[in-house]
Amino acid sequence: MNAPGHVLVVGASAAGLGTAEALRRKGFTGRLTLAGAEPEPPYDRPPLSKRVLAGAWEPARAHLRTPDVLDVLDARFLLGDPATALDAERRSVSTASGRTLTADAIVVATGIRARRLSGHGGPQGVHVLRTLADAAALRADLLGARRVVVVGDGVLGAETAATVRTMGLEVCLVGPQPAPMTGQLGPLVARRLSALHAGNGVVLRAGVLLDGLLTRDGRVSGVRLSDGEELEADVVVTAIGSSPATDWLDGSGLRLDDGVVCDAYCRAADGVWAVGDVARWHHEGLGRLLRLENRTNASEQALAVAGNILGENRPYSPVPYFWTDQFDVRIQVFGLPSAEAPARVVEGDLAQGRFVVCQDGPRGPVSVLGWNMPRQTRSHRASLVDHYTRPLEPTAP
Amino acid sequence: MKITVDEDKCCGAGSCVLTAPDVFDQRDEDGIVVLLEARPHRERHDAVREAATVCPAAAIHVGEEA
Repeated sequence: MNAPGHVLVVGASAAGLGTAEALRRKGFTGRLTLAGAEPEPPYDRPPLSKRVLAGAWEPARAHLRTPDVLDVLDARFLLGDPATALDAERRSVSTASGRTLTADAIVVATGIRARRLSGHGGPQGVHVLRTLADAAALRADLLGARRVVVVGDGVLGAETAATVRTMGLEVCLVGPQPAPMTGQLGPLVARRLSALHAGNGVVLRAGVLLDGLLTRDGRVSGVRLSDGEELEADVVVTAIGSSPATDWLDGSGLRLDDGVVCDAYCRAADGVWAVGDVARWHHEGLGRLLRLENRTNASEQALAVAGNILGENRPYSPVPYFWTDQFDVRIQVFGLPSAEAPARVVEGDLAQGRFVVCQDGPRGPVSVLGWNMPRQTRSHRASLVDHYTRPLEPTAP
Repeated sequence: MKITVDEDKCCGAGSCVLTAPDVFDQRDEDGIVVLLEARPHRERHDAVREAATVCPAAAIHVGEEA
């Protein structure tokens, strides 16, 4: 395939910017356009729930690149102009401001949107945390608050609870799982995370759902849980999941099913690709569709998509990786931990608060999980490479 | 090529070590990046640029200089 003359990337966050940068690095000299819904220059999301929320970083420190580095990219940035429609056949994109952009290759990198309790209305003091603007609004509200309830026990909820607690506020973390992040960490490490939060003064309510918000004079005053308990709160943060930002793709001709469905090369249609949180592609090592909502995948998949746009024709079969920082602990996870697979300690010691745990599946190790042992954790990643990168062969009869 | 790393941004993923092991390492105690060579040989430039691209914390800056 010849290199396209014009590549349009819809979405100017880590995955979109990464694709653009990788295209240039691989020698692409054609026209490059990045269209982004938010007015900000490309910024990084992991710091939002940690150092930006805590106030340790000015928001601008979360920008992914300095202006001079963006200039060198020689790309046209159309920011603050959300895409509203895509025509895969014609390879054209319409935007909210009325632009129609056509290109030889289109990359969908629109990410995910935070799920909200009830649209954008509702009482004051209820927040989600996805964008830089969300982080600023939440921080402003926290500075005048004393009691906070975080609803949602996934990565974002647990990180947010830890940060808010570190800011000196009373925090209650509410979620349906037996321990925070059980789904991402497996039960052994999730129990330790639960103890870490409790030890730092976070009040945990596990195995319960939010039943409703309590309000006073148009502002949230607490929450009612599914077991009937009521908790007072000045601020409520909901981290109750997200959905791929694909509503603008209705009628585009692309297959949408929990994301933009792609082949093993991250191609959604002829000349249309998807990358990052929004992409659900066929992972050949696992033999199934996979969608990863994490920062590392945004960069790695961007590299793969850029290569495939330029004709490298390589399936994308990564070893998944994410990390989280909570209190004084850094947890790193390679692979996809399971709730059932047995876990064994391969480095360090649970009691000493530094360890690496490995989970074994029927075909060998499936995940490596480190707790305050980054270098050692990374060295155990090698044991997973075969499982994730070798195409799954049809099983013999 | 002149590489600079931002230790404060580094998240200890080790992506750089996997991509360019001759240029990057990690501290034993906390996994923070260690720059082995700030001006690497030309044959390592591609790997270094790839490491900067895949760094999940945008902590590696590659400056081009004569």
